[in-house]
Amino acid sequence: MSDDRRRRVLGIVIALAVAAAAFTYLAMSSVGENLVYYWSPSELRAEGSGAVGSVVRLGGLVEAGSIRREADGLTLRFAVTDGKASVPVYAQAVPPAMFREGIGVVLEGRMQEDGQFSTQRLMVKHDNQYQAPGENEVPKMEDMVRSLQLEDGD
Amino acid sequence: MNVRRSLAIAGLLLLVVGTYMGLFVAPPERHMGEVQRIMYVHVPSAWNAMLLYTFAFGFAIASLWSGKPEWDDRLVGAVEVAVVLNALLLVQGSIWGRATWGVWWDWDVRLTTSLVMLLLFAGVLTLRRMASAERRAQWSAVATIVAFVDVPLVYYCVRWWRSLHQIQSSPETVDPAMVIPLRLNAIGILLLGVAWLMARAAIEKARRRRDEAPLPSRVIVKETAHA
Repeated sequence: MSDDRRRRVLGIVIALAVAAAAFTYLAMSSVGENLVYYWSPSELRAEGSGAVGSVVRLGGLVEAGSIRREADGLTLRFAVTDGKASVPVYAQAVPPAMFREGIGVVLEGRMQEDGQFSTQRLMVKHDNQYQAPGENEVPKMEDMVRSLQLEDGD
Repeated sequence: MNVRRSLAIAGLLLLVVGTYMGLFVAPPERHMGEVQRIMYVHVPSAWNAMLLYTFAFGFAIASLWSGKPEWDDRLVGAVEVAVVLNALLLVQGSIWGRATWGVWWDWDVRLTTSLVMLLLFAGVLTLRRMASAERRAQWSAVATIVAFVDVPLVYYCVRWWRSLHQIQSSPETVDPAMVIPLRLNAIGILLLGVAWLMARAAIEKARRRRDEAPLPSRVIVKETAHA
């Protein structure tokens, strides 16, 4: 093996080792557990008063029949559920057109003392279903809950 | 007719037919409406950016293993085309996100890893320019292999962690009338991308020949270039 070739092969070995180590660390370590993008209503409820005050994201489904629009046109009240627990939401945000009963939402805001979640950043989370109009018009509750990815990774 | 031109023409034809079907034949999405049609360019951009980064990863190993400069020519071709697709991906996703999610951007794991992917490979291209001619191929190959770590993360992050971005769709979750234009555009962009990769590799080879040429002919090449 010439010196030049030895150096190149060493380059491959080092680069692959760095890449593999970085990937293994990210995939296997507990870094994923610290990467909680949003809390479910159950998790936020379980935290009780500990969750009050800090800015967090709450992810869940808009509870059927819970949407109320205030007369000022800016305030929106609804409840977010994961099928087990529910959190009332006070939103001052213009909801995107996709917003409706039963859809997934991710809200950035604060838990208030009175148990309401206050938000000004309302995002709609949809699942990976793309269908033509008129077919399977009403998505199944179980499918929507699954789209929230609440069971922790595999 | 040469291979590169045939690939480009075939790719363009597929892209035209796929885009026509996506815009005028496929149905609108039941909840998202017309804006969902951005999927026919967004998803193929994502697939092909990741595929071309994977090609670049293969070229990087071949380049280090064999030391042949042709692999470095192909590497720069693959990385440049993938970076363009990666940038398009983020712009298309941002527009789609504003219309459906309600926001242009959020620091969700899929969006963040996709942005990091763009920055890492733009870094590979920057590093190439800083490296000396003797070191360029080696530095580019090592940097490409290290940057490639992010590519499988972009793919798997939505399965591993909670995100705003939905997980991958599959033919079972997508209306059959939408699957056809999606596939036509994906193959079209792949063929066009490979043609661009080959054209860019040919340019890199010509540049390398010019720079390696003995001094007198270099002067002539430069003068003709300015003429």
